[in-house]
Amino acid sequence: MEQRSWKAWLYLLPAILFLGLFMVYPLIDVFVYSAEEGYNSASQTYFGVGPYNFSYVLHDAYFLQAVKNTFILVIITVPVSTALALLISLGLSSIKPLRNLYQTVYFLPYVTNTLAVGLVFMILFKKTAYTDGMVNLILHWFGGNTVDFIDGPHWAKMFVLCFYTVWVVLPFKILILTSALASVKQDYYNAARIDGTSSLRTFTRITLPMISPMISYLIITGFIGAFKSYSDAVALFGTDLNAAEMNTIVGYVYDMLYGNSGGWPSYASAAAVILFAIVLTITCVNLLVSKRHVYY
Amino acid sequence: MNVTLEHLTKAFPSQDRKSKQEVIAVNDFTFEIPDGELVGLLGPSGCGKSTALYLICGLQKPTSGKIFFGEDDVTDLPPENRGVGLVFQNYALYPHLTVRQNILFPLQNLKGEARPSKEEMLRKADEAARLVQIEPYMDRKPSQLSGGQQQRVAIARALVKTPRILLLDEPLSNLDARLRLQTREEIRRIQRETGVTTIFVTHDQEEAMSITDRIIVMKEGSVHQIGAPQQVYDDPVNLFVAKFLGNPPINVLTGRVAGGRLLLGDQPVLEAPGAPEGEVWVGIRPEGFRLRPDGPLVCTLRAVEVMGRDMSVLAAHPACETPTLRAIIDSDSRIDRESQTVRFSLRPNKVFLFSKETEARIPVTLRGEEGK
Repeated sequence: MEQRSWKAWLYLLPAILFLGLFMVYPLIDVFVYSAEEGYNSASQTYFGVGPYNFSYVLHDAYFLQAVKNTFILVIITVPVSTALALLISLGLSSIKPLRNLYQTVYFLPYVTNTLAVGLVFMILFKKTAYTDGMVNLILHWFGGNTVDFIDGPHWAKMFVLCFYTVWVVLPFKILILTSALASVKQDYYNAARIDGTSSLRTFTRITLPMISPMISYLIITGFIGAFKSYSDAVALFGTDLNAAEMNTIVGYVYDMLYGNSGGWPSYASAAAVILFAIVLTITCVNLLVSKRHVYY
Repeated sequence: MNVTLEHLTKAFPSQDRKSKQEVIAVNDFTFEIPDGELVGLLGPSGCGKSTALYLICGLQKPTSGKIFFGEDDVTDLPPENRGVGLVFQNYALYPHLTVRQNILFPLQNLKGEARPSKEEMLRKADEAARLVQIEPYMDRKPSQLSGGQQQRVAIARALVKTPRILLLDEPLSNLDARLRLQTREEIRRIQRETGVTTIFVTHDQEEAMSITDRIIVMKEGSVHQIGAPQQVYDDPVNLFVAKFLGNPPINVLTGRVAGGRLLLGDQPVLEAPGAPEGEVWVGIRPEGFRLRPDGPLVCTLRAVEVMGRDMSVLAAHPACETPTLRAIIDSDSRIDRESQTVRFSLRPNKVFLFSKETEARIPVTLRGEEGK
């Protein structure tokens, strides 16, 4: 027994070392930095220890804007993308002809580069001196007013960002949900049919509970992913997100470290700690809710 | 409710794209199942018996032919309107629902007039649970039950909406030997108590023989014989049916009819008046042998297995299809185990002759040589 546990630790050693060095240590460091006021990474000096970094960040208008943007993004994209993915997967699993083609089409965004997709979205939505952009042209046809989605009002930009995010995260969710749907045994559906179960009831009482672990997985990872989003906004609105009022929390952290106003690792750490606290809280709530509604 | 099938046929398109050959799973079924009977659909794996069951319950549509429940033509009715209860081979209990919720499920599907009140539903579920004796487990999930208990829940779920026909697909195949014995009696009891016409599919002839009123022996999509188990066992129409029924299985030998006598090897063993001359298949039930020191059938003794009530003698004969034939005799019989040979006489009613070409039974009354 002794011998075996010694060996087991030996096998685990590389992973523990790497994780400790590149994950646990930096994590602790972030907490330490967030408490050190005026930390300078070049000279490794700081003035004192206290909550000032948090107070600064929480009073920074850019940070508050970033928090607002992030929350809007999360609240809109997670439910919309999960529901859409569920609808599309249900459709995919109930058709026979061309199923493979559709599956490929829906999966394409997953293997496409984020920045390339961002460029395409710019072309679709951006107003330039030469053209109003594809979407505006269509809006115009239907008698709507044209809007500048990239440099215009905040709601329009938010709409593009949400649209873009949903589009980018859909393929993975569809992939997971179609395989979850395929794993529900046909016998359950046959039994339900013989008992005269309506298709709505079959869906809510049989299909949904059976794939609920996958749905809860997608919701939890969806929340985390959306809270951490940054590159999507950059792809659409460029690197100066604060000016565009489209920054996210992770974007704010990055800007504090390397952006125009960069060189403030203490503030960046404080913002990161706040994000960590938010994600932790939301994930715990998610797990508590799923415990009640998810059948494993 | 009696069930009538008329020229029922189901053909599946071939899986192989190159050949256009269809696979005929159910070929021209025409028979009637009388009201209140327990009928076993018996055949080897892949003979189309599950397909036949799915046609009756409506999960599959027949290629041609008709199905009647009583006077009603249900051929084109969807399964939910046929009033059938089906117990799946793997039970298909909803794993996220408790036993009670599982049993209630079919009732909660009912709409309008047919939908009972909440109390009525609970009462019916309790009644069904009592019938199959699973009341103590009503609040458990299926995964917390043993295989046999799950089976009972599945039967209760099928019975709770008082179906016209109860269908069971291989109901005992997922149970261990001991539970299987117990459960098959249970199925018999439940069927008697409810009086519902029941059809069950099995590949196990013992299962079918033991509890059914009637068995339907199938092979490769065709019905070979229909009858009471004992009658089919005593009077098989062809070699397949004879081989398929009976445990231990029937012994098959190559024989010859010459001069109104049946010869095995060169030995005349039975009188076969009126049988056509020539080579025949001879089927001898294991209980058709009698130990006789002067018996006409001379075999090489291989082994003797004592199994309490009776004794199994394994012996070799050159005319036998298999290396050894098996005879079951009284355990009181004295047998010299040191002896190289063993001699038998045959019970004429346990011996069947089949045509060498068609394997169909040759209608002939055999008589013992000794006149006994």
